[in-house]
Amino acid sequence: MDMDTMNGVAPIEIAQPREAPRSASERETVFETQGLTVSYGKAPAVSDVDLSIYRNLVTAIIGPSGCGKSTFLRSLNRMNDLVPSATVEGEVLYHGQNIYGDGVDPVEVRRRIGMVFQKPNPFPKSIYDNVAWGLRVLGMKDDLDSRVERALTQAALWDEVKDRLKKSAFSLSGGQQQRVCLARAIAVEPDVVLLDEPASALDPIATSKIEDLMHELKNEYTLVIVTHNMQQAARVADMTAFFTLERTESGGHGVLVEYDETPKIFTQPSDKRTEGYVTGRFG
Amino acid sequence: MAVDSGRYALTLSRRTRRRKLVNLLMQSLATIAALAAVAVLALVIGSVAQRGASALSWDFFTKTAATFGQGGGGVANALVGSFVIVGLGTAMAVPVGILIALYVSEFAPPGVGDLARLVLDVLNGLPSIIIGIFVYGLLVIGSGQAAWKGSFALAIIMLPLVARATQEVLALVPGTLREGALALGASRWRTVLGVVLPTSVGGILTGTVLAVARAAGETAPLLFTTSIAANAVTWDPRQPVLSIPYDIFVLSESADPADHARAWALGFVLISFVLVTSLTSRLLLVRYRKRLEG
Repeated sequence: MDMDTMNGVAPIEIAQPREAPRSASERETVFETQGLTVSYGKAPAVSDVDLSIYRNLVTAIIGPSGCGKSTFLRSLNRMNDLVPSATVEGEVLYHGQNIYGDGVDPVEVRRRIGMVFQKPNPFPKSIYDNVAWGLRVLGMKDDLDSRVERALTQAALWDEVKDRLKKSAFSLSGGQQQRVCLARAIAVEPDVVLLDEPASALDPIATSKIEDLMHELKNEYTLVIVTHNMQQAARVADMTAFFTLERTESGGHGVLVEYDETPKIFTQPSDKRTEGYVTGRFG
Repeated sequence: MAVDSGRYALTLSRRTRRRKLVNLLMQSLATIAALAAVAVLALVIGSVAQRGASALSWDFFTKTAATFGQGGGGVANALVGSFVIVGLGTAMAVPVGILIALYVSEFAPPGVGDLARLVLDVLNGLPSIIIGIFVYGLLVIGSGQAAWKGSFALAIIMLPLVARATQEVLALVPGTLREGALALGASRWRTVLGVVLPTSVGGILTGTVLAVARAAGETAPLLFTTSIAANAVTWDPRQPVLSIPYDIFVLSESADPADHARAWALGFVLISFVLVTSLTSRLLLVRYRKRLEG
């Protein structure tokens, strides 16, 4: 039970789109999963997901603990490859190509699809080197200084750190560290940024900074965020997918219940389980 | 107010008095055993220092052994010899040891990694004389002794120490750092080189220093590989050279009592080197672990 997301049944405030919402027909699909099942050993963690993720939108994935939302997210840039027991069935089409297809290099997948993790994980290097490391590895060494500055500016951190770029990233607060990680991810100019509960370890002020950033960043990137904070999903996301845990005899696995535009998910969900979750009746 | 010893008596009965005595006895025995360990170390260092101190002099460090009966002379060739043998052995063992550790902790499938760890522990337990005779059979028979052959034997002894120490610090590097690097589109090797190794460099250094301290005192492998040496300072690893532990043995067998004092003094030099390196490396490791975990 995610009791921490249930601060009473407060009315959920829904973000007013800052620009005219793109009509459904104009959307460009970035990801399309078809019958995606990810298992650890023999037990499926998330099962049979069909979901399309659209360009320059923020897509939120919400649901109770254990519903496989992080597993789903990590399957979008093949981070699950690092778990030896993980197996993937079905397809994840990225601009039409299956990222689990033959000849696809996971390293290439990840350089296009970046990720920010639940706990800030800066490298034990200086702030500058944290952002510059990926650039150096990927050979984007021209204009390194301005690329680092641009990434830190986009992550709304430049003004706070410009005088101490050579200091260790560990000297920063948790919220600043997470923005270093975000700057690091966007410095290498990915197409998509996946965010796995990026604010769950942060205080409310740091959280709201990250959320503000997402509104800015979606103009350039496609963002997918996993969160178990429904208010956060309502504030930042254009599209919201609700996952839940389907109990079976052998335990249970995550399934996609409903996927729609965020206001619809929060005000007129078509599935009873979604309604129960967003109104706080279960979680 | 005098209280009759009823069921609420707080003084000791006979049975509880016996229990208390047994407790005291066992506690004392354990304490004495622990103190004995410290005492043995203090006695060894003390007696070596006491007997060797008189022979320590400028000549001792700068001259080679004098001709019998002439007096004076020193152990410069053994000091330089040990430096050459151990230095070269370290140069052989450290890169390979680090690579082994990287394989075990970063690349090996889980089962293979455990097996590799077991093999390293067994190798670490091999008696050094066995390693000596192995290298003797492999390299010395037919072509004679040389300092580098001693280095090779020492490298086999150092290898599991370096590899295990490195592998243990690599295990301390949080998995989230690796994920962060891989999520940027870095390959496994670039992740290891750019993030994992720099994070663990402190631990690797301490492991190396401990291995050096251990190798500096090894005698048996050198007996087979680099013991019949000219009485001259040489830096050439292709020549057999004298080493500190082997020279201690030679000097203590000498008929000249002054050589016995030199053996003690050389022992004092070796023990000081080992003590200082082990202690500093352990201190460094403690500090390093705190930094990584905290």
